[in-house]
Amino acid sequence: MEEIANLSRRRALQGALAGGLVLGLRVGGIAAFAAEMQPAPAFEPNVYVSIVPSGKITLIIHRSEMGTGVKTSLAMILADELEADWKAVRIVQAQGDKKYGDQNTDGSRSIRQFFTPLRQAGAAARQMLTTAAAQRWKVPADSCRAEAGFVIHAGSNRRLGYGALVSAAAKLPVPAADTLKLKAAAEWRFIGKSFPVVDLDDMVHGKAVYGIDMVVPGMIHASIEHPPVYGATLKSVDAKAALAVPGVLKVIEIPTAAPPSGFKPLGGIAVLATNTWAAMQGRQQLKLDWDLGPNAGYGTTEYRKALEQSARQPGKIVRTGGDVDAALQGAAKRISADYFVPHLAHAMMEPLSATAHYRDNAVEVWTATQNPQQARTTVAEVLGLPESAVAINVTLLGGGFGRKSKPDYVAEAAFLSKAVGAPVKVTWSREDDLQNDYYHAICAQHLEGGLDAEGKTVAWLHRTAFPSISSTFKPGVTHGAAGELGQGVTDMPYDIANVRCENGAAEAHVRIGWYRSVYNIPHGFALGSFVDELAAAAGKDPVEYILELLGAPRHVDLKAMGVDYPNYGASMDEYPVDTGRLAAVVKEVAKRSGWGTPLPARQARGIAVHRSFLSYVAVVAQVAIQPDGGVSVVRIDMAVDPGRIINPDRVTAQFEGAAVMGISNTLYSALSFKNGQVEQTNFADYQVARIDAVPDTHVYIVPSDAPPGGVGEPGVPPTSAAICNAIFKATGTRIRALPVDPSLLKQA
Amino acid sequence: MELRINGANHTVDADPTMPLLWAVRDLLGLHGTKFGCGIGACGACTVHLGGEAVRACITTLEEVAGKEVTTIEGLAKTGDHPVQKAWKDANVPQCGYCQPGQIMQAAALLAQTPRPTDQQIADAMAGNICRCGTYQRIKAAIKAAAEAA
Repeated sequence: MEEIANLSRRRALQGALAGGLVLGLRVGGIAAFAAEMQPAPAFEPNVYVSIVPSGKITLIIHRSEMGTGVKTSLAMILADELEADWKAVRIVQAQGDKKYGDQNTDGSRSIRQFFTPLRQAGAAARQMLTTAAAQRWKVPADSCRAEAGFVIHAGSNRRLGYGALVSAAAKLPVPAADTLKLKAAAEWRFIGKSFPVVDLDDMVHGKAVYGIDMVVPGMIHASIEHPPVYGATLKSVDAKAALAVPGVLKVIEIPTAAPPSGFKPLGGIAVLATNTWAAMQGRQQLKLDWDLGPNAGYGTTEYRKALEQSARQPGKIVRTGGDVDAALQGAAKRISADYFVPHLAHAMMEPLSATAHYRDNAVEVWTATQNPQQARTTVAEVLGLPESAVAINVTLLGGGFGRKSKPDYVAEAAFLSKAVGAPVKVTWSREDDLQNDYYHAICAQHLEGGLDAEGKTVAWLHRTAFPSISSTFKPGVTHGAAGELGQGVTDMPYDIANVRCENGAAEAHVRIGWYRSVYNIPHGFALGSFVDELAAAAGKDPVEYILELLGAPRHVDLKAMGVDYPNYGASMDEYPVDTGRLAAVVKEVAKRSGWGTPLPARQARGIAVHRSFLSYVAVVAQVAIQPDGGVSVVRIDMAVDPGRIINPDRVTAQFEGAAVMGISNTLYSALSFKNGQVEQTNFADYQVARIDAVPDTHVYIVPSDAPPGGVGEPGVPPTSAAICNAIFKATGTRIRALPVDPSLLKQA
Repeated sequence: MELRINGANHTVDADPTMPLLWAVRDLLGLHGTKFGCGIGACGACTVHLGGEAVRACITTLEEVAGKEVTTIEGLAKTGDHPVQKAWKDANVPQCGYCQPGQIMQAAALLAQTPRPTDQQIADAMAGNICRCGTYQRIKAAIKAAAEAA
């Protein structure tokens, strides 16, 4: 936010509220808020802040709330710099609109990208209110201070509430960003303190409104039979029996989008009915004949073999330094290992849902989306409308993990509403969700290492092969993108003299998408496991060996190594790859976890460390292996350095949750294809961690005033390696393919 | 169909084989009971039927006719059930979507087993999935609610 524009009240309000107002819907509190907003002009120094003469403050939050607590933490940043009374603050979720800046709530970057802009937005408002008070009292502005919703004159102790200053402040010019005086860290009242999330009370009473809960008067419900194979097209439809199901109103075809389909709807047959159940029942009666198309041969058993073959051959070189081949040949000891991670599905608890109302050449949508601007763009494209004719209202999200940043389901609702001439709510079943996901990439890797006579690693070869996410958006993609390879391959931080990283070719046959921590999942697993294998080969303790490999604290100069490294879109100056911070979290977690203390037989600890999304996380997992080979993760310790944090309790919660998702990825989840079709159907056969799998989890946040890094994702990547390294220590069996196969661990 | 939900009588025009989930959500507008899987495998739709926790997505209207159904909206008149209070104190929810089901399951557990052991908690709650991974706090909140009772 380089410029903070003084927008008219009407424009900002239309952006944030118009949809809710028009239809009088149930997005929390808007109607009451709107009534209050009507009579008097509000003070709106920018798109995020609005204050009315009653003193009520509205903060407009433009990022989506999917469980990270970002709606609360962004409001804390704004309110802190604004010197607002937290009790006087209400929060309104923004519609999708470019005026707010980036709204794609993905990549663990809401705080990173908006910490400073939101502080500036709050500070601008505070400064204008302070100036207005100073002018009223005819005293110098610097003799006045803002505090908890009031401006106070130091000399006379006179005080005026923000409400009383609104009309005067609204007439002042908005100060330029570089003239703003941001609060010093010591002056923060909210930032760095634990706050309950603003929706907590609604959540525990069943009153929180998610996309699937939207109600628009007169709406009908749709359930969609998608193509059974990616890109399959309909040959014939017999909908007679479906239409005979009580409650079913209509059957509408959505044309198949040819791969690569990007964000467009997959296509299929929608059954529209008076309620969700009737639509689902009608759908079961459809008789459809499909031309399955070129992806009907896709099977993950064969594809895995092809990927493994690709990873064992020389690939495209993406990082090189020294002479790996000579160093391997001259090594006192050589080891190699192949790792495999399957497709995974997001499986967020709220299935995809969107409600759309098309009328008069415009469409309004209510949905749980991580990316309302992309939803707007995609809906506009699919309906042939200008973006100005598309309004996207954002509800709470019942989980997202990356899936809800892809708005195919949103465009389905818009398409159907236009086709049927009524408001339509699309609800995906769990089967629809698992079988039409943007899948986490299946990935095979081959690593080789060489150790010298002292056990020091002198050669590192890492090959990875996986279908790229780019393949979902453009044809002919055969290799990974720099950002994908920069998630645990090219950014390998260890101080090794001879390094080569390669990327093998792989083509996609399904939609590939980002899933919480993305390519850091397979790469973090291989990286964290192979370092442990090197330690074992050297006969050294893994903690000691990791610290040795990290070497002296330094910033890894990937650019000098010729690596194309996007660094999660951040500058390397502000966010270097800092081996000192990696070592610090390793030491911290070793100290806190009881590393090195004795455990019973078939119990052990394992460690892994990983930098992702600009944050540093070390995990110690303690496992117990049952006689039948079943793995229990007894305890997880995580030392995390995500830089500056806003709401410590929610940061802790994100890492607790990441440990659980890491356990799902490690022990339970796998998604497979046969004949182009997903073999799993629901939670009965797509397994995820349940409460009986949860370890005693401890999260240690390393205090830091470094710029904010990510929090939502970085806890996931090191967890799998830590668990598998513990399994090795407990049993002597090395796990190199996920999810763990317990039959490998059966007691002899 | 005649239904008795949260202490009130409702008449709905629906097929007797319709799952209770869709009747409360689409016909009665009670959206606190969530759809998660439709096969009784995730617990997001947990309600009480005669005080017992059941999955509304696989419980038909004919099965509940004449029986007392309680949804999250009716768990406590004033919204201050000890489990809800404990959930707030422990800041359990992340996205919050599964939590009505978790809370209904936990409330049924504590009604029958006021002082559950760790194993009893794990057994009772293992049918309720939370993809955000709030399980550790769920355990802590159930224990706190048991202590408070």
